Amino acid sequence: MTDRIPSTDDDARSEFVRLADVSKSFGQAAQALKDVSGIISGGRITGLVGPDGAGKTTLIRLITGLMQPDGGSINVLGFDTKLHAPSIQALIGYMPQRFGLYEDLTVQENLNLYADLRSLPLGERPAAFDELLTFTDLKRFTGRLAGQLSGGMKQKLGLACALLKKPRLLLLDEPGVGVDPISRRDLWKMVKDLTKDGIGVLWSTAYLDEAEACDKVLLLNKGELLFSGPPADLTNRVKDRVFKFTGISGSRRQALSKILEQQGVVDGVIQGDAVRIVTSAEAKRSELTKIAGNTAKIRATEPRFEDAFVDMLGGGPGGRSKLAEAATRLDDQNGKPVIEAHGLTKNFGDFTAAKDITFDIPRGQIFGLLGPNGAGKSTTFKMLCGLLKPTQGEGRVAGFDLRRDGAEARNRLGYMAQKFSLYGDLSVGQNLDFFAGVYGLSGSRKRERISLMNEIFSFAARDNLPAKDLPLGLKQRLALACAVMHEPEALFLDEPTSGVDPITRREFWTHINGLVEKGVTVLVTTHFMDEAEYCDRISLIYRGRSIALGSPDELKAGVATKTQPDPTMEDAFIALVEASEREAAA
Amino acid sequence: MWWTRLKALIIKELLAVLRDPKSRMILIVPPIVQLLVFSYAATLEVRNVDVMILNRDSGHWSEELITRIEGSPTFRTVSHTQDQSRIHDAISNQTVIAALEIGPSFSRDIEAGLPATIQIILDGRKSNASQIVAGYLSQIAGRLSLETPSGMKTQSAMINVMPRNWFNPNLDFQWFMVPNLIASIAMLIGLIVTALSIARERELGTFDQLIVSPLRTHEIVIGKLIPPMLIGVFHMTVYLLAAIFLFQIPFRGSLIYLYGSGIIYLAAIVGIGLFISALSKTQQQAILGAFLFIVPAILLSGFATPIENMPQWLQPITIINPLRYFLVIIKGLFLKDIGSLEVLHQTIPLALIAGVTLSAAAWLFRRRLE
Amino acid sequence: MTSVSLSKTTEPARVRRFFALVRKETFQLLRDPSSILIAFVLPVVLLFLFGYGVSLDTGQTRIGLVIEEQTPLAGDLAASFRGSRYFDVETGRDRREFDAKLVSGEIRGIVIIPAGFTSDFAAGMNPQIQVIVDGSDTNTAGFVQNYAQGVIAGWVAIRLADMGVQKDGSASAISVEQRFWFNPELTSRFFLVPGSIAIVMTLVGTLLTSLVIAREWERGTMEAIMATPVTSAELLMGKILPYFVLGILSMTLCVIIAVFLFGVPFRGSIFALYLLSAAFLVPALGQGLLISAATKNQFLASQLALISAFLPAFLLSGFLFEINSMPVVIQWITFVVPARYLIPSLQTLFLAGDIWPMFLKAMAVMLFIGSVFFVLAARSTRKRID
Repeated sequence: MTDRIPSTDDDARSEFVRLADVSKSFGQAAQALKDVSGIISGGRITGLVGPDGAGKTTLIRLITGLMQPDGGSINVLGFDTKLHAPSIQALIGYMPQRFGLYEDLTVQENLNLYADLRSLPLGERPAAFDELLTFTDLKRFTGRLAGQLSGGMKQKLGLACALLKKPRLLLLDEPGVGVDPISRRDLWKMVKDLTKDGIGVLWSTAYLDEAEACDKVLLLNKGELLFSGPPADLTNRVKDRVFKFTGISGSRRQALSKILEQQGVVDGVIQGDAVRIVTSAEAKRSELTKIAGNTAKIRATEPRFEDAFVDMLGGGPGGRSKLAEAATRLDDQNGKPVIEAHGLTKNFGDFTAAKDITFDIPRGQIFGLLGPNGAGKSTTFKMLCGLLKPTQGEGRVAGFDLRRDGAEARNRLGYMAQKFSLYGDLSVGQNLDFFAGVYGLSGSRKRERISLMNEIFSFAARDNLPAKDLPLGLKQRLALACAVMHEPEALFLDEPTSGVDPITRREFWTHINGLVEKGVTVLVTTHFMDEAEYCDRISLIYRGRSIALGSPDELKAGVATKTQPDPTMEDAFIALVEASEREAAA
Repeated sequence: MWWTRLKALIIKELLAVLRDPKSRMILIVPPIVQLLVFSYAATLEVRNVDVMILNRDSGHWSEELITRIEGSPTFRTVSHTQDQSRIHDAISNQTVIAALEIGPSFSRDIEAGLPATIQIILDGRKSNASQIVAGYLSQIAGRLSLETPSGMKTQSAMINVMPRNWFNPNLDFQWFMVPNLIASIAMLIGLIVTALSIARERELGTFDQLIVSPLRTHEIVIGKLIPPMLIGVFHMTVYLLAAIFLFQIPFRGSLIYLYGSGIIYLAAIVGIGLFISALSKTQQQAILGAFLFIVPAILLSGFATPIENMPQWLQPITIINPLRYFLVIIKGLFLKDIGSLEVLHQTIPLALIAGVTLSAAAWLFRRRLE
Repeated sequence: MTSVSLSKTTEPARVRRFFALVRKETFQLLRDPSSILIAFVLPVVLLFLFGYGVSLDTGQTRIGLVIEEQTPLAGDLAASFRGSRYFDVETGRDRREFDAKLVSGEIRGIVIIPAGFTSDFAAGMNPQIQVIVDGSDTNTAGFVQNYAQGVIAGWVAIRLADMGVQKDGSASAISVEQRFWFNPELTSRFFLVPGSIAIVMTLVGTLLTSLVIAREWERGTMEAIMATPVTSAELLMGKILPYFVLGILSMTLCVIIAVFLFGVPFRGSIFALYLLSAAFLVPALGQGLLISAATKNQFLASQLALISAFLPAFLLSGFLFEINSMPVVIQWITFVVPARYLIPSLQTLFLAGDIWPMFLKAMAVMLFIGSVFFVLAARSTRKRID
């Protein structure tokens, strides 16, 4: 029965997976997948794209044979998943969202384990290990416990484990989440190389720049397949509708907010000092000037997959933030910075995680901490919100020293953690109650704030649902609501929209932008270059030091060359890190 | 302000254990089942005894002795044999716990006023039960011997021993067992629930949320302390009702003393639990750490064997065992109606344990931030 | 292509896969100090406690002795009490001196030699001696009563012999000769130690195993393993083999300490010891697997292991309490407690020697219970996520 599997290069492109009217539901919840049909081919990267809760993970699990569909059938490499799951599992590589690594085993031990589990012949091992370790740049760390690797390194090791004994089909569930641009680029290159050998890759993602680079895309939303084909086909729908406004006078956040409220605007985001918008199909070019106002320059620009995606889902969330409108304006008192870092240094034993980090953030600004995984930005962030005690230096929030007046400082900050860290067993309402209480709200003020949050984020329908069962987008909203309920002066956001779909991300930033305009000060760490564009200033942290500090446009301009006159934020990030590496080597 | 914060934390902690139906079940059903099963099961009384008799005597007295043994409610089966090796097999295989051998001259000796001897062979592997069985058999033989001709003669020299059991007139084993179990099960549950509380938050990442909130360290400790204590008080109340109404055990002391000292006892247990929790990196370590404390704590509490019978060098270790003090209090309050002084005497060490462990736990949290 | 040919798994690959799982589990085990704590430190602590501290043997019990009349006869009886190796006697003239001490637990009983004792005894009027005990500790109360009666009976016998009523000094016409086989001195640690071995193996087999598998579910590593060609059987076996070995090692440590440090006799064969332990670990591990598959959560797994394995091994196994004396319903429950079959066999093995009919029966039942657990566990650990 194996002869049905094509193995020559000619037909490598032929279908590896055939999905026929696949349906799946869990209990009484809405259907996770509704009649999904499609083909995943060999020698290509197929993007499985969609917001959280679209059914991506379910579909991948169905393909592995770890779950069975309620309706329809799935054929993987000639085998039906219902009948021949073991045969399928011998031919595929699968990297689940949580890596599947054993954190208390070393890198080498993880590799050995999976090599044995996948029956990689002993003779082929040295070569395979060598190739994969070089490939993933993990050679130096073979003796390290997987739990002590950074997020990006874990992701690479997870991939290496899935690639031992070259699979015919590689299934990657959101490999890009929580990974810095450099690792992400490496990862992508690694996977791209694999397709040359005829391997079929399914790459699931909520990041649309990743989707754009795929050979083919399956776009899922709420369990339904919205689109299937090359990404360019989708991007074409917004052709000639995407513009960049530059030279905006005054606050670009206010400008965006106004623009988004205009008729004929489907979507808009901030890109450094510019604003990027997508107009509706009906909007006429002549209306653009009206939209932009008099001061801005308008330039047509290349559409991206994300523009088309948002357009397809009916546009972004609009520019008004009820949250910000209800917020009290915080006035600038004597121009003192709200968040200050003075020579922050942290040593773990003889390892310096952060060295002499200094910056301050004036009221009403967004400050971004960028950097590769494990470079020290989390350490810096944690020192500034009181989770770690600095070895040297001091951090202040709203003028209070975090060490001496910790509780006072903490009363004035709101915190949103990277991974969802509300109480999953508690319901939405109970979480709100808890955080209101912990931040000292009581009586009528507590009731007011909670009902406001319910109104703004429309939790009411799910008030009794345990927080862990919420879709990611709603979890994100709940986390934001809990962080801002006490109207903090400073907001600490640790990779706030990691893994979140574009619509929810826009909504999130609309709120943040609105709050900033009201005088809230924000410190954000991110891997996500779109998010970096929202910042007023950015500090790029690498190997424990701040290697660059400036506005997004300044950083971009700093790395512009003749060959690359208009670098993206990602280009700037990579160039700056590489330059710093060269400097260190010299 | 601090009260608002604390209240929020306490409610959250309670919800965290009580909201999920599975963990609610785990906290409510098993403790009650345990109390029921173990109070009936844990008995050192010996009943339903199987014995074997090898009777070489054909006289009246041996027959009488056997009739009395067979008539005693303690003995379930009495089997007969004429073969010594059968006795060996039966005891070795534990089909009987004791075997009685009556020699050929038994009745003759009695009639002649000579000392008559019977031999009991017992299974020393079950030394407790066999000792008690030996006691039963000796009693039956003793009573019979008073009716023998020579026994009659000694009647006049008899001294009547009048046993009086204070606090527990029928020496009802459950009166002893149930109060002991109440204290032990409260420790078992309290310790595991709290040992997990911080370890779990740390594994799930929610502990960071608590630390960046305005809660101060001592507020976190108090917030973590009160909910398990409330659950413990609830358990104690259920147990108390079961003890009084189901097991019909008299409660002679003061309820105020019981709850007063009970709260301090729970604080000491939760303190130890939090200390273990703050010390462990994972939930697994927390659970196993709690076990490592629980097992010796129960053995060294005076539950099974009085502390004064332990070797001198071991006795000081029991000073840090909260169960030891509370056992005295709860048994005392149930059966003896002990006074305030005695309760206080046992409560002070509990308060000290609570104080030390809670401060140590707080210190450990803070250190973890380094 | 090699990958295709390997979809039919060859035997060596299967073996290698299996040992890869075993090796992984072993590494994890060795790196977590808490498993070492449970497997090696707790047994040592337990054995030390049973070996030195906690014995059910009564030592000297403190009692109060009230002598209401100062006569040579009363003094003679009092001397018998003082001479008893079971009592630590404090003497007084009035019962009220001792009442408070009995309440506070300072003394465990009061023996009262009443006024008029000498004259009643001389007149053959059977004087009464009161023995008051603290009933709140029923065990000790029973001991005090029995020993007090023994002291008095012994004293009477000597009196009778002096008076020439009975020639050989025995109090009653029928004397009972007791012989305790296997443990003539009735040393309690001789039977407590085998019991604690069962408890330690229950902890390693059930508690530890259920925790580590629940952890794999919690951390998501189970999913990654399941998507490889590993079969359910390999997965389960690979999980439990290391814990099987750990259980055996832990047991071996216990036996070495018991025999060489505490002088517990070992009269059976090592072969039988390992065979019995291995048979016991089957249901213990099976139960651990079942619990973790059913809960997939460490908190619930630990609670269930505590309730369904640890406490029954302690209380429903015949270790501390006689099963025959329990109410019938509870006796039924004990039939599914594997420790109930192991403990008598181990006690026999240590104290009596190899009694194969008993061992074989015990092993058969344990293996049966174990296979039921395994079938149930394998069912709930099918290679499926949902």
